[in-house]
Amino acid sequence: MAIFLTKDSKVIVQGMTGSEGMKHTRRMLASGTQIVGGVNPRKAGTTVDVDGTEVPVFGSVAEAIKETGADVTVIFVPPKFTKDAVVEAIDAEIGLAVVITEGVPVHDSAAFWAYAGTKGNKTRIIGPNCPGLISPGQSNAGIIPADITTTGPIGLVSKSGTLTYQLMYELRDLGFSSAVGIGGDPVIGTTHIDALAAFEADPETKIIVMIGEIGGDAEERAAAYIAEHVTKPVVGYVAGFTAPEGKTMGHAGAIVSGSSGTAQAKKEALEAAGVKVGKTPSETARLARELIAK
Amino acid sequence: MDLFEYQARDLFAKHGVPVLDGDVIETPEAARAIAERFGGRAVVKAQVKVGGRGKAGGVKLAADPADAVAKAEAILGMDIKGHTVNKVMLAQTADIKEEYYVSFLLDRTNRTFLAMASVEGGVEIEVVAEENPDALAKIPVDANEGCTPAKAAEIVAAAKFPAEIADQVADVLVKLWKVFIAEDALLVEVNPLIKSGDGKIIALDGKVSLDENAEFRQPHHAELEDKAAANPLEAAAKAKGLNYVKLDGEVGIIGNGAGLVMSTLDVVAYAGEEHGGVKPANFLDIGGGASAEVMANGLEIILGDPDVKSVFVNVFGGITACDAVANGIVQALALLEEKGEAVTKPLVVRLDGNNAELGRKILTDANHPLVQQVDTMDGAAARAAELANK
Repeated sequence: MAIFLTKDSKVIVQGMTGSEGMKHTRRMLASGTQIVGGVNPRKAGTTVDVDGTEVPVFGSVAEAIKETGADVTVIFVPPKFTKDAVVEAIDAEIGLAVVITEGVPVHDSAAFWAYAGTKGNKTRIIGPNCPGLISPGQSNAGIIPADITTTGPIGLVSKSGTLTYQLMYELRDLGFSSAVGIGGDPVIGTTHIDALAAFEADPETKIIVMIGEIGGDAEERAAAYIAEHVTKPVVGYVAGFTAPEGKTMGHAGAIVSGSSGTAQAKKEALEAAGVKVGKTPSETARLARELIAK
Repeated sequence: MDLFEYQARDLFAKHGVPVLDGDVIETPEAARAIAERFGGRAVVKAQVKVGGRGKAGGVKLAADPADAVAKAEAILGMDIKGHTVNKVMLAQTADIKEEYYVSFLLDRTNRTFLAMASVEGGVEIEVVAEENPDALAKIPVDANEGCTPAKAAEIVAAAKFPAEIADQVADVLVKLWKVFIAEDALLVEVNPLIKSGDGKIIALDGKVSLDENAEFRQPHHAELEDKAAANPLEAAAKAKGLNYVKLDGEVGIIGNGAGLVMSTLDVVAYAGEEHGGVKPANFLDIGGGASAEVMANGLEIILGDPDVKSVFVNVFGGITACDAVANGIVQALALLEEKGEAVTKPLVVRLDGNNAELGRKILTDANHPLVQQVDTMDGAAARAAELANK
């Protein structure tokens, strides 16, 4: 098993014909993902040859769903078109929309998030500004390298792409059920808590690795959720202890404002909830390894 | 991006929020004509992006145009909590009867927008929230519905504004929401919002923070940037499209991915505890690609920082293979040497992930005298800290 994405997922790509979209469509296909189409109103009705696979291009998400039964969309469109692309996905009631695009104005993210709510939250949104998610050996929706590791007992949820890859690499011999990059923007769809709940319910996931970073209070709220609802062991890591107040550290949401959003507060909240928190990514991997050996 | 008060005032005026006449100056003598325009009296206010300027002596009342010049002279150049005053705003004087507070902001926790309002304005709102939370109304505002007149009336009622000014405050809220939306703001705050002697509602002081991700549709926001205050290394990095933040330490950092770079800073700081307390000198995320050109640009910025004693290049090859990254480093060093830049600081490189062994071999074969390799992130951080402490 896995969370949110399985071998049966039928994936379409909004923005497939752009350079990033094409590069990653190729990679997703190569890792065994069922890519059933792309969306581009100007190229509807054509097909694109992706390394020998003919991928049809549809005029809209709704049409792609009707023709292929797609249930996942991966969005690579530029920031100025991202809100419309997500709204289209929500209107088509697709089950999962993975928003890779970095640099989306927060007013647009807040607007599509609010819109998803008024439409009854039928579409799970992951991102924006995220690497997507992978269920190794099954399917890959986004830009996470598929060849780092195989299927296994670890579930991972992270705000950071490269730290996701780093942890997957350090624990590559053990394997992962799913790894979910939720993104580092101030407003995101799927949260740490959503992924924790799904991993808790997934029988194949034995332990959970949770990676956070400075900014906001998502980690503190995740800690409270873990204390109440998660029975599986959780190992945590938080980046940004040395970040100065008031400076954005790469991710739009990674900022300490006054005394709120500090790494120290997040670490303390997680530890109070019984989460073992590593001081470095390597120590975090060691802690996860010890817990699995038990 | 946080704005100065005068910039916030300009945006308020642009969208119809009532403000007093005001003008910003950089030389004392310029105060005279403005004070004359106001009829003699003026408030002289230091323009700094930090709270508590009043207590620090950064706001003064001038009785006449000559006094305005003297007050401007006293305030210009002042240091307020580490911020040098380069500009002052002259504003019309106000007859303040009451002081209120209103704002719109992003509520990250609830992933929505929030209106906050209080009849106890003029003091730090954090203090009101702490000491008298009932006096601060917090009303969510749906991003798609916005602050309609009905929503504004709800906010005004929740904050218990007096009936005789309720309509005026609601009108200000609707206009302030326009600022929030039209300018892609993360925060618009009026504190104090005043009632004047003749019963008018006026925004006397304000704070605005803008979303830098919206710059593609807000081209005029680039002009609001405070170029004088920007660190020259940060400005040079920005011009090259690099994601760089200057810090106080001695170990230059280059990595790929914001999370990994933040983590690298932490690991270097821990290692520094064993090596004379050295710390990371910067945050620099060169992104997923890590091409030779981007690597060269990054190295050029970092080697140009006189505080840097050693450099730690920490790359995890995810999509990009480490052999490409290693070639990027070798070419970057060659590029810099060709440009006549003296590369004299030791580089500790850690490559891991996709094609790591191939990448390490490329660096070993290149045999650059300043490049050392350590295979683990923690080990490489310790080595970089050690070299910075020599």
